[in-house]
Amino acid sequence: MSNRPAILAEGLQKHYGKTRALAGLDLAAEEGSVLAVLGPNGAGKTTAVRILTTLLRPDAGRAEVAGLDVVKDADALRACIGLAGQYAAIDENLTGYENLEMFGRLYHLSGTVARRRANELLERFDLLEAARRTVKTYSGGMRRRLDLAASLIMSPPVLFLDEPTTGLDPRGRLAMWEVISILVAEGTTVFLTTQYLEEADQLADQIAVVDLGRVIARGTADELKTQVGGERLELTVARGGDLHAAVQAVRPYSSGELQVNVDDRQLAVPVAQGAQLLAAIVRDLDAAQVPLDNLALRRPTLDDVFLTLTGRAATSGDLSTDTPATRTLVRSTQ
Amino acid sequence: MSTSDFRAEVLRPQARPRLYWTLADALVLAKRHLIQIPRIPEELVFATIQPVMFVLLFRYVFGGAIAVSGTSYVNYLMAGIFAQTVIFGATSTGIGLATDLQRGLVDRFRSLPMAKSAVLTGRTLSDLVRNTFVVLVMWTVGLLVGFRPQGPFISWVAAGGVLLLTSFAFSWISATIGLLVRSVEAAQSAGFIWLFPLTFASSAFVPTQSMPGWLRAFAEHQPVSLIVNAVRGLLLNQPDATTIWQALAWCVGILVVFIPLAVWAYGRRTAR
Repeated sequence: MSNRPAILAEGLQKHYGKTRALAGLDLAAEEGSVLAVLGPNGAGKTTAVRILTTLLRPDAGRAEVAGLDVVKDADALRACIGLAGQYAAIDENLTGYENLEMFGRLYHLSGTVARRRANELLERFDLLEAARRTVKTYSGGMRRRLDLAASLIMSPPVLFLDEPTTGLDPRGRLAMWEVISILVAEGTTVFLTTQYLEEADQLADQIAVVDLGRVIARGTADELKTQVGGERLELTVARGGDLHAAVQAVRPYSSGELQVNVDDRQLAVPVAQGAQLLAAIVRDLDAAQVPLDNLALRRPTLDDVFLTLTGRAATSGDLSTDTPATRTLVRSTQ
Repeated sequence: MSTSDFRAEVLRPQARPRLYWTLADALVLAKRHLIQIPRIPEELVFATIQPVMFVLLFRYVFGGAIAVSGTSYVNYLMAGIFAQTVIFGATSTGIGLATDLQRGLVDRFRSLPMAKSAVLTGRTLSDLVRNTFVVLVMWTVGLLVGFRPQGPFISWVAAGGVLLLTSFAFSWISATIGLLVRSVEAAQSAGFIWLFPLTFASSAFVPTQSMPGWLRAFAEHQPVSLIVNAVRGLLLNQPDATTIWQALAWCVGILVVFIPLAVWAYGRRTAR
């Protein structure tokens, strides 16, 4: 609608003592879009959220949200944003209803409106049955839904979600994605931080990959994947001794550098038009008498993007649901 | 999950003067703390059973061994036990703040267009209300075990006033501690430990005359003794204006120092 982005950050810097959390962060999100800020723990994601939601002042740089300066117009801004964090920031000893009513009052709604809004949100988030129970008795997914409901009391045009699905089970995660999609469809601008590449891929219009306090790449998921190149053929040979023979057999089809992982008996081959070559490759491997355990053609993941951009894996363990093969691959020199 | 419109209407905060919100937001948070008390077993015990235990313990266990002149021990004791209870009760201010910080609730509050001060004033106000309730419970138990206040009713009310001011003042010390330490556990121990010498090395439970000289010098001049003596005078129809003024001066002095300190500690703690 307006030309002005709903979220704009320019050259944000923040230091904690000697630690540099943000080193000149630039971000922008169009109104009604989803911007995912993707990066490992300690990349500066939460610091960015805290600055954009007025909780923290930047040391340098400036930022605007919904056209309001996060420092100068902080008070006015707080009425137009919602924040849901990685820890459900709700009161355990209050009921779901009491929490939402209290936050409504603290948003300076009248008692009547705050109570009505609490009931509406409880209904929409499927919490009506649990509304009169203290939050202590809620499951992790229910707490997260209540936390999100609390951030939506004012129907904010801009919503900040700091790792909204961290710690949720797959069902809880899908439910959260569904809600986010609905909000976006209704025109909410969403600023999302995540460690999950799949989440950014699913939800985001634009992704900013953040590392060490600055953006190291940005674009749509497809654009980022293109930076890494085309498809890759991944194969696992049945016998470790066959790896060399396999390399010889597939090298003619490769469009770039082969990656060999001896420990896992794996070979990754960048290919230009994988699907068309697949049959030929299989025939050649068969002719070379190399039995396979596994053969897969896959598009690059954001994990590959991160690895390519930083030269290291994003984090160990909790990053991607894809095969971790690329993290341990040894580059083949020949 | 319903797919109905999450953003059906645009809601606007009500426009009211700043001072109105300073009070209204503090009351919303005070209400939050008060409705929790019956739901948290420790809080409930802290607010009811523990003070009653103290009355019974000192009245029946230690009471017989402690000699006071001019009145019965239970009459002597009640002022001390009131003061000790409100002062110990004030530690929950700091523990509550540390808990809210740890759970991320303070961050949520700070992202709302509410009065910043309400996080602190809401806590100290609700603890004041809780302490009022506790004093009334103890007053009743005291009467049941032989406590007979003397003098006019208005002095008893004045004694209550001194106690509540004490409660409020110590809540702000407690708030400062809770905001300076790094964890809820630290808020618990750091909030309590210094109160033991202050309440026991005082005229709360025993006449200071029985203490060795060096301790007596401390006990007779420290604020808890002055507060206890002021309350005791008011309850036993022997009000001493100098002591009352000194007690009030201590409370006001504590507030003057610790309100700004707590506000500073809050700003420092939330700046990252």
